[in-house]
Amino acid sequence: MPDATGLELIAQELRDRDADAVLGTLFYREQATILVHPNAVPATLEHLRGKGYTFLASLHGVDYFPEEPRLGVHYELLDMKRVDRLRVKTRVHTDVPHVPSVTPKWPTANHQEREAFDMFGIVFDGHPDLRRILMPEDYEGWPQRRDFPVGGEAILYTHNELNQPGWWK
Amino acid sequence: MEIVRQKLSDSTDFRARQLRARDMLKGDLDDADLQKHVEESLLTTTLEKASKWAQGNAFMPATFGLACCAIEMMAMVNARVDIARFGFEAFRASPRQADVLIISGRISIKMAPVVRRIYDQMLEPKWAIAMGACASSQGVFNNYAIVPADKFMPVDMYVPGCPPRPESLAHGILKLRQAVVARPDLGWRARYGGEGTEEVLAQVAAEDPGAAAAINVLREGTDGASA
Repeated sequence: MPDATGLELIAQELRDRDADAVLGTLFYREQATILVHPNAVPATLEHLRGKGYTFLASLHGVDYFPEEPRLGVHYELLDMKRVDRLRVKTRVHTDVPHVPSVTPKWPTANHQEREAFDMFGIVFDGHPDLRRILMPEDYEGWPQRRDFPVGGEAILYTHNELNQPGWWK
Repeated sequence: MEIVRQKLSDSTDFRARQLRARDMLKGDLDDADLQKHVEESLLTTTLEKASKWAQGNAFMPATFGLACCAIEMMAMVNARVDIARFGFEAFRASPRQADVLIISGRISIKMAPVVRRIYDQMLEPKWAIAMGACASSQGVFNNYAIVPADKFMPVDMYVPGCPPRPESLAHGILKLRQAVVARPDLGWRARYGGEGTEEVLAQVAAEDPGAAAAINVLREGTDGASA
């Protein structure tokens, strides 16, 4: 991980390229995170690739309910020479959950973006084949969103029934 | 079950019966002796009981693993539990040759049609065992993605556990054998009201008035669509 100073230097480099790109930085438990605007994600990742972060280790969706903007996409980058990790986060509203796809430049993002689309309904613009990957094709809804019902079978637990107040009622 | 220990008949008696069996095979036994031999060595039963006894003692499970329960299903075949002692070790790689489907693991709603298709491809008589919490009642995956087995196919036996130990599954199979041998009338058709849905060949339907009422009559040259 870059230290807190290194993180600010990287953020400043990104600001110099595009003044609106970086929304903030976060250094927490020795882990460096850059928050960027959704539209700036591909350019940011390309810039960081030039700085040595050549490996996109993971891409995943998050639901920050009830915070707004609710949905988030995290990009975990890895510099394999220095064994150095950097996290890029972006946030979008549920009304227009559009993020530019990084699949053309990072092929590994293909299935991971499809998973984030499948589970959270985040639309990755420019993805070559954006359709559901885990759930059935005709499934409706975005199951990993936090306002989505858990589903399954209702279960009545009775093992501790007698310990509940007013069990005799 | 009470175990009754009997002393084996003494060796001279055994030898005498051996010699008599040999004589019978040669055709040397005459009427009275032949009658005695047959009375001593035959057991009468009904054909249905005998066939159910044979079916219950020689299940051929389908080679079909779904999740972590499948590991325990494999362990059941290994030397420690060794289901071959009871004659259930012949896992068949084709549903056409299998008569027990062990649903070993959680079934996602995307997998359910596949499992149902495999069950439908199995020839009757057939049975299904829901192994583990997920296949029986969704277990820890009680959410949007998983469906319990008895929602889309008939299940004969439920084995609890997460996953069940191999001994549990062996016990479940032995219970299924008990059910098949003791109550052959309790097939899934009887329990689910599925009588009349048997697939019957057209020739059989023409000759047998009972089978003629069947809904699914297979005619030559068709793909099995109902008549």
